[in-house]
Amino acid sequence: MSDTGLAYEIWIGLEVHVQLLTESKLFCGCSTRFGAPPNTQTCPVCIGMPGVLPVMNRRAVELALRAALALNCQIARLTKWDRKQYYYPDLPKGYQISQYDLPIGLDGHLEIEDPKGRFPRKQIRIQRVHLEEDAGKSMHDEKAGLADSRIDLNRAGTPLLEIVSRPDIRSPEEAKAYLEELKLLMWYLGVSDCNMQEGSLRVDANVNIQISTPDGPVATPIVEVKNMNSFRAVERAMAYEVQRQYEEYLRTGRKKGDPGVHKTTWLWDDGAEITRPMRSKEESSDYRYFPDPDLAPVVFTEEEIESARQALGELPASLRRRLQTDWGLPAYDAEVLVGQGQPFVDYFLQTAQSCGDPKLASNWMQQDVLRLLNERGITIQQYPVSAEELARLLSKVRQGGLTTSRAREVLARMVADGCSMEAAIQALGITEVDESELLALCEQLVRENPKTVAEVRQGKLKAIGALVGQAKKKNPNVDPARVQQSCLKLIQESGQ
Amino acid sequence: MTDLLEHTAAELLELLNSGQVRAVELVQACLDQIARWDGLVGAFLQVGAEAALAQAAQIDRRRQVGEPVGPLAGLPVAIKDNLCTLNVPTTCASRMLADFRPPYDATVVQRLKQADAILLGRTNMDEFAMGGSTETSAFQKTRNPWDFERIPGGSSGGSAACVAARMTPLSVGTDTGGSIRQPAALCGVVGLKPTYGRVSRYGLVAFASSLDQIGPLARTVEDAALLLEVLAGHDPKDSTSVPRPVPPYSKTVGEKLQGLRIGVVPEHYTEGLDEEVAQAVQEAVRVYRSLGATIREVHLPHSKYAVAAYYIIAPSEASSNLARYDGVHFGYRTPEQAMRAQLEAEEALLRRTGNQTALEELDTPLVRMFRQTRSEGFGAEVKRRIMLGTYALSAGYYEAYYLKALKVRRLIRQDFDQAFQEVDVILGPVTPSPAFRLGEKIDDPLAMYLFDLYTVVTNLAGICGVSIPCGFSRLGLPIGLHLQAPAFEEDRLLRAAAMFQQATDWRRRPPLEKLVARRP
Repeated sequence: MSDTGLAYEIWIGLEVHVQLLTESKLFCGCSTRFGAPPNTQTCPVCIGMPGVLPVMNRRAVELALRAALALNCQIARLTKWDRKQYYYPDLPKGYQISQYDLPIGLDGHLEIEDPKGRFPRKQIRIQRVHLEEDAGKSMHDEKAGLADSRIDLNRAGTPLLEIVSRPDIRSPEEAKAYLEELKLLMWYLGVSDCNMQEGSLRVDANVNIQISTPDGPVATPIVEVKNMNSFRAVERAMAYEVQRQYEEYLRTGRKKGDPGVHKTTWLWDDGAEITRPMRSKEESSDYRYFPDPDLAPVVFTEEEIESARQALGELPASLRRRLQTDWGLPAYDAEVLVGQGQPFVDYFLQTAQSCGDPKLASNWMQQDVLRLLNERGITIQQYPVSAEELARLLSKVRQGGLTTSRAREVLARMVADGCSMEAAIQALGITEVDESELLALCEQLVRENPKTVAEVRQGKLKAIGALVGQAKKKNPNVDPARVQQSCLKLIQESGQ
Repeated sequence: MTDLLEHTAAELLELLNSGQVRAVELVQACLDQIARWDGLVGAFLQVGAEAALAQAAQIDRRRQVGEPVGPLAGLPVAIKDNLCTLNVPTTCASRMLADFRPPYDATVVQRLKQADAILLGRTNMDEFAMGGSTETSAFQKTRNPWDFERIPGGSSGGSAACVAARMTPLSVGTDTGGSIRQPAALCGVVGLKPTYGRVSRYGLVAFASSLDQIGPLARTVEDAALLLEVLAGHDPKDSTSVPRPVPPYSKTVGEKLQGLRIGVVPEHYTEGLDEEVAQAVQEAVRVYRSLGATIREVHLPHSKYAVAAYYIIAPSEASSNLARYDGVHFGYRTPEQAMRAQLEAEEALLRRTGNQTALEELDTPLVRMFRQTRSEGFGAEVKRRIMLGTYALSAGYYEAYYLKALKVRRLIRQDFDQAFQEVDVILGPVTPSPAFRLGEKIDDPLAMYLFDLYTVVTNLAGICGVSIPCGFSRLGLPIGLHLQAPAFEEDRLLRAAAMFQQATDWRRRPPLEKLVARRP
């Protein structure tokens, strides 16, 4: 696994925070909308004024339960809220309400696979899933001391789900695949939009490597990597950090468990493409967790858990499998379709069912439909052509009634005018060309282009393209393949 | 006008409703009494004379034109200074919150406003309600209206003293380990701690969230019932408030309880108990017996650990609740320029001496700001409890202290559950002795904490308790009788207390004039 000799295995565990799709914050009625002017979405409760009390947002608990179930977790029958205490200016109460020893979900897993086949399908174990509130945002210049720090508490009290994986991730590619699968799952569940730009998904990684040395296996000290702002950044940061740890081990021989060796925190510098150690002193922090006396524990009954499980719907992994086994799609197609979300898949299923050719439907959806959605920034629900209409168009293509390129024009017309297939065909002046008409046209072309005919006879078969081009000019409805075929036949016959 | 002030709140309400007395007159009488005596007593941190008179005038007008008015319309109520009131300084008697004006009303304040009670002023207290003598207030001492050299009790010392001194018929206090009942006992008034969850804590500046309750202080049990009826009730803003209907306490308070079973606890009568208090309580037992109650011994074997458990749990929660006072968002902040200058000087010195280790450990400006703000903003008792609590919650100590204390708390609750199978209320002393002297225990925290031994159990068990006057010491100091009832049995508690009150004559007026004459 390495160029300098020693083999090693990568151990990565990811801590992901996703923002729950609730209208209001975790303990008050303030909006969670992104992008409002600083400190405009606050109230006495979320800024931790003296005397205020938190009231749990039930929707947040439901979403957390949903996510924990979808991640195959054991659900706590009794879950409670704990105070995690530390001082920081963007934490107005001096503690964060989180979950310590009884998180909503424990011991789950998420299955990942790579359509490109770089790693086999595998399960990444989930250690825990818990609900907590977000802190505010500091914009500061504390060390330099030149300007005042500023704090925006709009985000304070926003519900977050923390999803902690076991260190089962064995490569940067797996890390990226895990994040993509997790994001897709949360999106399917309606739990989070996982928008990294808006901070609704954040990732920290714990990484080290297990090196096979002649004296037996050795683990490098665990490093927590923060400040990774995209999935690509995670992939690159992991690749960099693994190599850095390997080289550091070769240089220093420092390993996990050595006296004075602790977990350290490093920050990914996306511009420089390196990790850098955080400046702060390495103190082992004592958060003095204790149960929040202001909030009652939540008890889930078997029935509640079961009904939440029933309400999950079909999840991406199962949907992908079904598209491959029941609809015969290649893994890549299933990946792309499912990656577009449930409504897109529903549209596909309807189209495939109606036109009877899943692969054809898949191709059209991946190319023509998806292109338009991306161009216009709309969703499949806003797409102007219904699945039924698209299926009729594809059926016509299958039966040879329309060439693919003409069908594209028809679809474009249907999209532009919001009209039926027939209306589009009519508007484009497309009629079917019958056999005698085609033959007459080809005879005319062969007659009028002796030079081309001569070239073809000499074996320059490509020259026939000129005839096809002229045919399309004279009658745009002709099928180029049939023109070519017919002309060739005429040339051969006339030469005998 | 002093006669007016002798009336109970219930009587005053009748006078107001029948038009015999106007709210403005009543408020003015209270203001006059405050003006005359509070310079000595020191019960109030702030009196809102203008606003109170304006509100009274408005209520008089509404009564005149026959508009409906609230159940406490025109009755002055004093508020302990840890209950948030919109735009009114809510200081918790701490430097830390000296300039804090809440942008919202506590639920109880809102209820009082809706009931058309007149918010007369803010009463002195121990800083953040931590203390039993009101001496830890950062602003002033409050004196016991029965003896100006003695403490009024605490932490709701101001709320008890102002009611005793006839400055207001009603006041609101808070009780975390006895802070309503103990000062009520020492000042000779009635004070009730409701069941945990009976009254919303929203807007009460938290001391120990699992123990804090808000309750009424008054001169009679009926008046306490009247006020409790307004304060109590479920509040969606407080998840620990309980959605149970509020019984009409003020209607039923006069109804005698038939076959009342009273529990007495032998563990109460230990050597720490003052003989005069013990006698007064024994006398109360005789009174109840004469009223037809049966008396039974019950045991609360774990009560002896109550003070220890309380002084783990309450400081632990306090250490967390008070973490927000860090100078960043609200409250006091250390003067920044001086702080930075000091820090720079320290840094320069360390550089000169080349002390690299000390230099590396030097506070960042932020940490120094936290540290200094809290050092300057909090008083000694608050700091002591924050340190106790921080220690108790620290890794490695949590199980031995905090979790152990929670176990004791469960056992105490079980003791009460068992006792209440056999009796309806439990009777005992409120305090080990009558009011002690100002300064007597302020340097002896342990002695101060042990003074809470009869009251902390009620909070730990989450049940309700009331203190009512039951006698006077030879020195003329009031003695309180403690009754406790099961959770949400305030109705029973009030009726049992009212029976005693009707049969006795311990509701007396403190000899304010004599005390002044006696002063050197």
